[in-house]
Amino acid sequence: MNTRLAIILGLSLIATAAWAQSPTSSGATNAEVLLAKSHQTFYAAGADMKADVVMELITGDGKQRTRALTMLRLNAPGGSEQKYFLYFREPSDVRRMTFLVWKYPEKEDNRWIYIPAVDLVRRVAASDNRSSFAGSDFTYEDISGRDISADTHTLLREEKLGNNDCYVVQSTPKETLDYVRRIAWIDKTTYLPLKEEYYDLQNELARVFTADKIENVSSGDGSGVIPMVMKRTMLNVKSGHRTEVTFKSVSFNVGLTDDIFTERYLRQAPAKWIQ
Amino acid sequence: MRSKSLTRPLIPGAGKLRCGVAMLLAGWTCLAGAAEPEGGWKWPAGLHGYLDARAGVRTQSDPVEEDSPLHEIRAQLEFSPAIGDIRFQVRGDLVWDGVAEDDRVDLEEGTGPLDLREAYLTVSPLDSLDVKIGRQILTWGTGDLLFINDLFPKDWNAFFIGRDIEYLKAPSDALMASWFSRWINLDLVYTPRFDPDRFIDSARLSAWSPMAGRLVGRDVAMAVEVPDQWFQDDETALRLSHNLAGYELSLYGYEGRWKSPAGFDPVASRVTFPRLSVWGASVRGTLGQGIGNLEAGTYESRDDVGGINSLVPNSEVRVLAGYERELIRNLNGSVQYYAEIMRDYQDYRANLPEGMTARDEVRQVATIRLTAMALSQNLVLSLFAYYSPSDRDGYVRPVVTYRVDDHWTVTGGANWFEGEEPATFFGQFENNNNVYASVRYGF
Repeated sequence: MNTRLAIILGLSLIATAAWAQSPTSSGATNAEVLLAKSHQTFYAAGADMKADVVMELITGDGKQRTRALTMLRLNAPGGSEQKYFLYFREPSDVRRMTFLVWKYPEKEDNRWIYIPAVDLVRRVAASDNRSSFAGSDFTYEDISGRDISADTHTLLREEKLGNNDCYVVQSTPKETLDYVRRIAWIDKTTYLPLKEEYYDLQNELARVFTADKIENVSSGDGSGVIPMVMKRTMLNVKSGHRTEVTFKSVSFNVGLTDDIFTERYLRQAPAKWIQ
Repeated sequence: MRSKSLTRPLIPGAGKLRCGVAMLLAGWTCLAGAAEPEGGWKWPAGLHGYLDARAGVRTQSDPVEEDSPLHEIRAQLEFSPAIGDIRFQVRGDLVWDGVAEDDRVDLEEGTGPLDLREAYLTVSPLDSLDVKIGRQILTWGTGDLLFINDLFPKDWNAFFIGRDIEYLKAPSDALMASWFSRWINLDLVYTPRFDPDRFIDSARLSAWSPMAGRLVGRDVAMAVEVPDQWFQDDETALRLSHNLAGYELSLYGYEGRWKSPAGFDPVASRVTFPRLSVWGASVRGTLGQGIGNLEAGTYESRDDVGGINSLVPNSEVRVLAGYERELIRNLNGSVQYYAEIMRDYQDYRANLPEGMTARDEVRQVATIRLTAMALSQNLVLSLFAYYSPSDRDGYVRPVVTYRVDDHWTVTGGANWFEGEEPATFFGQFENNNNVYASVRYGF
């Protein structure tokens, strides 16, 4: 009897453990799916996008630098590849510089920079997507998105952030990087990330991303509106340095074509799009 | 032929400071006045540029040069208006130059109080065609401070004395037509009157003179014949290019002249610019974790086919291979190997005048570049070094740049030459080692 009881108890425990485990594994799958959806909304909304971007780089003691640029983005039809064209307006030492990225999710990007004073098209080595973009607290990956399959994702919980219901997802890089985990609060309605925390190799909070202002922008193709993070901040917790990015004049589905993302327009910014 | 003497008297630039500053202030006042609305002063929209004060000093004495190869103030102004579909680009420097003794404006050589960098218009008569006409800076090719198929004019003085790197490229007065298609792009540049390099100026840099058999500077006149007949002494350059999945493939052609004075006319006792044709190719793209590039060109010295004339440079084949990658975060490194292979070396040796030192059949140069960034990329430390195992000489360019804020930038750097022989390319500049510093306000 005791033996039978023990066996039943044992089987029950195994069953319970298996049952208990299943939400975690399906949670991981769900986490990846909802992160992919968030990624699509945050980094790849519309077939294309045009925006004026102002970045304020602010030190812990309040000293401020400004980067102003126009960004054009085109998604490859039916794929996850993207092309970016950036035209710098400020500060004066980078004015008229252009930057072209052909982004591939699972291999090295192709990047070119054009320096107008010497009419020089330079190829930029793109091995480290974790390096700072234009001296800001954002990395290249923060600007254009990190390959989802490069991390392991877990749905930790669901909770409110302010008034917004959120999924809280932890993403752990599969390779060793400058951070060991990222925790993201993803809005259940819009799928935009409202907050992200990055923990460094000592597992201490290192950087915090916040979506400070969200607006609905016309989709441009008559299909409705697209929620867009119009102001975002990345704070380096340890140094106190932060970067505030404001998007202005955002338009989706404006009709950008592949030829804009070539050396022709790198050397001579397309007047139709860069006023 | 435009003839000139490059001799400069050994007179310091006394009295020029007042003149130069007055000129800059006058220019500033004009601009400010033109921009002043009734309600008060306002900087004209679309007008950009910088003020740059820069000075350098030799780190050793040079018996034939001043102690300073560089002290100048530049006010660069840039304006990019458009009328309908025609876009204009005008960029020029008002210059006070404390070293140059000649105050006359020479837009070809970039001397005097005005250095016009760009003045061109761009139109697109067809969707697939861009035409750029006027004074423009032109660059192509894959080398990093090594040029094979880029036969557009360079300013070697600016490079060696510590001006900003943008001044290495001198402007061309040219027409550039670029035609774009899905499969191939064609760039054609026609320069109706030969635009030579702004070659080594004896007022600033001492260099080897084969005629004098020693290093010369301000003490010796170098007479130069610059071909200057419109539409006769012209240049044509073309590039065919295609981007194949991120790999940039290009073919190049050039018909014109050696860009720095490479020949000698014994009758007139002048250095000359012999005729030159170049055909070449390059490829650049991702290689491993970095960027690799290969480039080659064949130089046909058309005034010395066969290589028997010792007063005209021989034909050559030039090749270049480079690789760049990020070493660690915020530290990039690159290496290049470059070779000039003389094509008629036996004839060159057989016809070399007695007493002249023969160069090697293959001149080899290796370069290394290290670029480190710190303080949110506001501090940039850069080191570029050339070393030639065949000439046994080298040249090192360390530069430190700090962006104080969005307007102010300070720069310090050095140009350091080393060589065993005074007649080799870098070795000849061994008395020109210098350090320099600059302060710039951009707007």
